[in-house]
Parts: sequence; C-alpha cells; structure tokens
Amino acid sequence: MKSLLSGNEAVARGAWEAGCNVAATYPGTPSTEILENLIKYPGIYTEWAVNEKVALEVVAGACFAGARVITAMKHVGLNVAADPMFTMAYSGVTAGFVIVTADDPGMWSSQNEQDNRHYGRHAKIPILEPSDSNEAKLFTKLGFEISEKFDTPVLLRLTTRICHSTCLVELGKRKTHKVKGYKKDIKKRLVLPAHARLRHIIVEKRLINLARFSETFPFNKIEWGKKTLGVITSGISYQYAKEAFPNASFLKLSFTYPIPEKLIKRFAHQVKKIIVVEEGDPILETEIKAMGIKVTGKAKIPVCGELTQKIVRESFVRKISTKIKAYKVPARPPVLCPGCPHRGVFYIINKLKLTATGDIGCYTLGALPPLNAIDTCVCMGASVTNAHGLEKALGKDFSKKLVAVIGDSTFFHSGITGLSNAVYNKGNLNLLILDNYTTAMTGHQPHPGTGKLARGEQGKRIPPEDVVKGCGVEFLKIVDPNDLKATEHAIKQALEFDGVAVLIFRRPCALLLKPNPAYFIDPDLCKGCRLCLRIGCPAISLQFPEDREKPLAVIDPTLCFGCGLCAQVCTCGAILAPEKAKKGKK
Amino acid sequence: MKRDAFDIIICGVGGQGIILASNVLCNTAFLESFDVKKSEVHGMAQRGGSVITHVRIGKKIHSPLIEQGNSDIVLAFEKLEALRYIHYLKKNGTAIVNDREIPPMSVLTGAAQYPVNIKGKLKHRGMIYFVDAEKIAFELGNRRTVNIILLGVLSCFLGFKKKSWKTAISKNVKKKFVDLNLAAFNRGASLLTKIDILSFKKKQSR
Repeated sequence: MKSLLSGNEAVARGAWEAGCNVAATYPGTPSTEILENLIKYPGIYTEWAVNEKVALEVVAGACFAGARVITAMKHVGLNVAADPMFTMAYSGVTAGFVIVTADDPGMWSSQNEQDNRHYGRHAKIPILEPSDSNEAKLFTKLGFEISEKFDTPVLLRLTTRICHSTCLVELGKRKTHKVKGYKKDIKKRLVLPAHARLRHIIVEKRLINLARFSETFPFNKIEWGKKTLGVITSGISYQYAKEAFPNASFLKLSFTYPIPEKLIKRFAHQVKKIIVVEEGDPILETEIKAMGIKVTGKAKIPVCGELTQKIVRESFVRKISTKIKAYKVPARPPVLCPGCPHRGVFYIINKLKLTATGDIGCYTLGALPPLNAIDTCVCMGASVTNAHGLEKALGKDFSKKLVAVIGDSTFFHSGITGLSNAVYNKGNLNLLILDNYTTAMTGHQPHPGTGKLARGEQGKRIPPEDVVKGCGVEFLKIVDPNDLKATEHAIKQALEFDGVAVLIFRRPCALLLKPNPAYFIDPDLCKGCRLCLRIGCPAISLQFPEDREKPLAVIDPTLCFGCGLCAQVCTCGAILAPEKAKKGKK
Repeated sequence: MKRDAFDIIICGVGGQGIILASNVLCNTAFLESFDVKKSEVHGMAQRGGSVITHVRIGKKIHSPLIEQGNSDIVLAFEKLEALRYIHYLKKNGTAIVNDREIPPMSVLTGAAQYPVNIKGKLKHRGMIYFVDAEKIAFELGNRRTVNIILLGVLSCFLGFKKKSWKTAISKNVKKKFVDLNLAAFNRGASLLTKIDILSFKKKQSR
C-alpha cells in the first residue's frame, strides 16, 4: 500500500516499522512532526523532552536497556545534544540508535545554516542522507540495522525540503523488537579515561569497517548516462541535479560518511568531467579532492542558501537569458497574531525604551516594527545569560534599563540554568517569562509548565513560579499581559528591585482560544493619531477616506481577536468594546 | 483530455488554510494515480507571513520545487501575494486570484503602500481569474471554507474526477465539517463558465 507522506511522517513510519521502542525529542522546525507522528502509533513510548540534550540522554538510557531508540532535532538542537552524542559514539549501542538531524538550508525558521554533516566526521559516526520521503522511511529502518551491526549511533540527516516535502511512500508492517533487558557493562558505558582510551581504538576500527560497508551499501549507486558529465551528489541535491542534468551520469551517495572511496574512484575513471552538487558546505567535495580526484563544486555553486534545479543548472552551464521579471512588492514577514498575549509586554518594553535580550520562539517577532522591543537573539536560553553578562560588563545601573525576555517552553529548555547562575552570582537580572502555556512557534507542543504529556494524558505540572522560587529568586510576580497598566507597573517595580526579579506574564496563546467578539472604532471619535498602530496588531489599519481631513483607524472584524489591548492604548476613547459598539450602532 | 503533468503554486498569507488545500490537492492527484510532490515551509514562516507551497503532479517527479516561469497554475489566496509570486507562472499560464487584500505590517504602519491596480499588473501574465471566495464563504456561514472554495475553482482546470476530490476532502477535514466543505467545493467549481474553461484547454493544447 502506498500513502502520501512528508519526510518527517516517513521517518516516524520507518521507526515504527523497525520496531522502535522509545522516542524522545524537543520540538524544532523542521523536525517537529517526527515525534508528532510517532505519537500516533501504538507500541512505542514517546515523550517531549525539555531539551535536545535531555532527549538524547533519555533515549541513550533506553538504549542501555536494549531498546531500539530514536531522537530527532533541528540542526541547532544537535549543538545542545552534542555532548552526549559524542560519548555515545564511544559507548556504542545495545540496540539500534538513530539520531535525526533536520538542517534548515535557507533558514526558513532558524538562526543559522550550519551543515550537520560535519558532525559525522566530528563524532565518528555514520551518516545516512535520504533524498525523498521514500528513502527517509527506508533509511530510518536501515539506520537501526546499521547501528546494531556496527555498534554505533547512526546520524540520519534531513533538510527542510526533505522534512516538509510530500511524496508517495510504500508502507510496510511493523516488525516488533523485544527490549533485551539491562546487563551491566562498565567498559562500554562508563567512560572513565581508562575505559575511553580502549573505546577510542574500537571507534577507529569501526570507521574502517564502516568505510568498507559504504562501498557495498546498495543506495550508494551509479546511474549511468552520458559519460561526458559525471555528477556526485546526495540528499535533496540529487533531485535538483537530476532535473538540471537529466542526461548526465550520476553517483548518488546515500551513506555519506564514511564515503565509499573505491566506488568514487571507479565512477571518476569513467566520466570526462565531474561536478559535486551539494547544499551547504563542500563536505563531499573536500573528501573527494583529498583523494586526488579533480572535481568542481563550491567554486561554482553557492554555499549560502538552499539550492534549486535552476541554481544547480545555472551554476555549471552558461546562464540562459530568460529573464523573468518579479514585481517589487512590500515584504510580508511573519507577525505576532491578533490577540497574541506577548504584544502588551513588548508595547511596554518599547514605551519604556528598555534594552531587552531576547530568545527563541514566537516572541522573537517582538523585534520587528512597530514594536521594536527585542535587541538580541542568540540561542535557546541566551536571553537570561546575555542580560547577566551585559550587567556584569556595564554595571548595576545598566540593569535598571535592561530586561531579559523568554518563553515558558524555552525557560524549561535552558533558561533555568541561567537563572540560577544569575542568582548565585549576585546579578540584578530582570527576567520576563512570557508564559502562554505552550510551545507556540512549533505548533503547540506541551512542556512541564502545562503538565500535559505527549499523548495528551495528564502528567505532573511544574509551575514556572515554583522553579523560580526554587532558584532563590526573591522578587516574583505573576501578571496578566493584557492589562497594560499592571504590566507597566510590574516591569517598573522589577527594574527598581535590587537583585534578581522575575515576572511571569501569564495568558494562553491566542491560537488555543476562541476569539472574543471584535472591537470597533467609532469614526466620530477617532482622531487619526496612529497610537493604536504602535501595538502592531494585524487587525488594525489606517484608512484615508476622502471626506475626512484626518486618517481613520479601522479594525478588520474578521481578524480582530477581541483582546482589547488597542482600547487601552487609545487616548480618544474611540475604540469600543463589542457591547458598546453594538449599543452605538443602534 | 487529461494532461500528464501539472506544476501548481499555491500562495497566500500564513493562517489562510493553504497547507490543508495543498494536502487535498495532492491526495486527489494521488487518487488519480499520479506521482505527486509537494513542498512547503513550517515554523516561523507560518505566523501571518507570506507562504508559498509547490505542488508538482506528473508521471515521475524529481525536485519538489517548481522553477520560476514554469508553473502551469498559480492559485493565490491574496492579491499582493499573487503579485509577489506571479513570476512563477509560465507564459500563458493560468492564475486564480482570491479577490482579497490583507495588508502586511509595513502597510498597516504606513511605512509602505499596498500595490495599486494589481489586476492590471497581472493581466498580461496569462489567463487571470479573480474570484471573490470570501463572499461565498460568508454566504456559506464559515470564513474558513475559503481554501476549499478556491480548490473548487482550481478543479475546473485539472480534469480530475469529482469523486476523487470528494474522497480527498473527506479525508482531510474534520468529520463535522465534511458537508460544509463539499458544499464550498461545489460552489467554487461552478463559478467559472464553460467558455472560460474551453479557452483554457485551447491554450493548453497549443
């Protein structure tokens, strides 16, 4: 039976068919849907972990018990999880261990464009690179087998266009895997220097065996075409190259670390000219050049951004002069939704002209005009620590105009360590936790602050305020961010407080609630002062009716969430609550 | 007469139901025994931002992305987004444009202007059909049916069996909304006259 699956759905299906027993991940675009889909299958334990390092360690523990395990994360998530991954490369596995990295060329929803194929060589573990959903499913299954055969974790490397592209996939049945049970083996699992030195020798031997396996791996394959041009490629780049050069000979690599040197040599001997088509860094190219084979790659094809068949074609052959004119139109960057509970906090940060260190989530969008409320965004949790560092460099006075902004899920991910650090090191941190009861940006996954578990059942809720208190914070307030007066007052109080102050702004994400009736602007009262535009609500626009001297603010009732924030900002009393608007109309 | 390959760009604003529409389209093509590839983006791009989805239908598809100037059809859920992505349309291709304006933040704050005369600018790019799907959705009593109404219009150009569309819709929407969405689809499908579609087929066969 065939079904239409995205790459992420296919990985989940592959893990299930392979009898995977335990899966843990932290959400992150473009990898999120892997666990979301695993949750739909029976017979597999799934959890949303609080961060990627935790996720990888949880499945490593399950692997100690002889369970087949999988974890998945976005590319930068693997930076967080790199520490246990490198050790697991030494420890090896008791049953199949697949680590999925979902890279984001083009940075559709990421802060960098790092190429995680580097991690294969760095951690000395094999890499599988599927080029569509079908291979994503197949390679996930093969990943478990390779992992067990060579006693190593396997890195399955996806990219956005694999994760979020859909194609037809042949479905199979689940082959159950029995959890073997725990057996003590400290020489493998307890990496004291004395043990690790022995393990390192095993790892190096394993690489030689993996390189041999790579030569015979059936999906490292040559597709003969004309021998004037040979294309060496992998992953999604294969699909682009196939359309760009339909008649060329192809060496499609799927097991890309360690590379099959003999196979590459054999291919190279039979084609006149070789190009390497790969998205991101020149990884295959560098390895092939080191073998003494002349190839063209990044000299012609860009390192930055994602590829397309057009870029691939025009990088290597003369540009065909078919100019297609695109219209210049106003950009439409993502925005905070109407009714977003973060809006009030950002409005006040902007109003008080504060410096704000930011973090990763929907609320990074508070940096965009007209709110302009966020100064920095580095990585998960860095809002807390960056603010602490700013204060330590500039002195206590600077902290009177400085706040750190973090979401609830990000706080649990890696904000807690920074908070305890600031308390311990006598900081004057002002931390604003925007608690919207969910991980909003990635599509509303639960976290400890919600108490819900991956499959929807009730777990144990950990209120963020309890954690804050536990870290030794002496100033703590819980505020409704839709109450602008209370928000402003609380932030001012926190800034004045000597020591670490934490404000929890609590209101559920607007996408989790039903909208209230729309607000209404009375044209007779509106003076066209544009104050309401400063909150950056997509539902409010300015119109210029011909019969008016001044412009008129208008609320689109189909977009308005009825949060009433604009009414609090308006000094003319022109924005009316739904009840009043109705009365006014009558 | 059935064609054997279609490249379709679906674009609009995050939150308009574009991903669901593209899922229904892909499912329908699958039921008609085509190879299908679809590519979209999730995450930050989805928060009220500009959204583009590529749908490729044919015998054997490699790249999930459509080349600029190669799309047979552009289905735009919003006028400004139609203008933004119209260069994907091939010469004499067909664009279906929802007659709705959603101003981006830069326009709302007065930093930029919403483009004027979009109809005029699109006209010479191919066969352009403007559809007031919002009005029909309002008549049907549910704004969220806009995406399926537009799919109904799109169906006029693809020659897939009505039964396939019906199955795909039933599979992709919540049970209690199936009837509503089927009604929306039918309204969309009956919007264009036979003359419109004949002229499309003539152009295609040229």
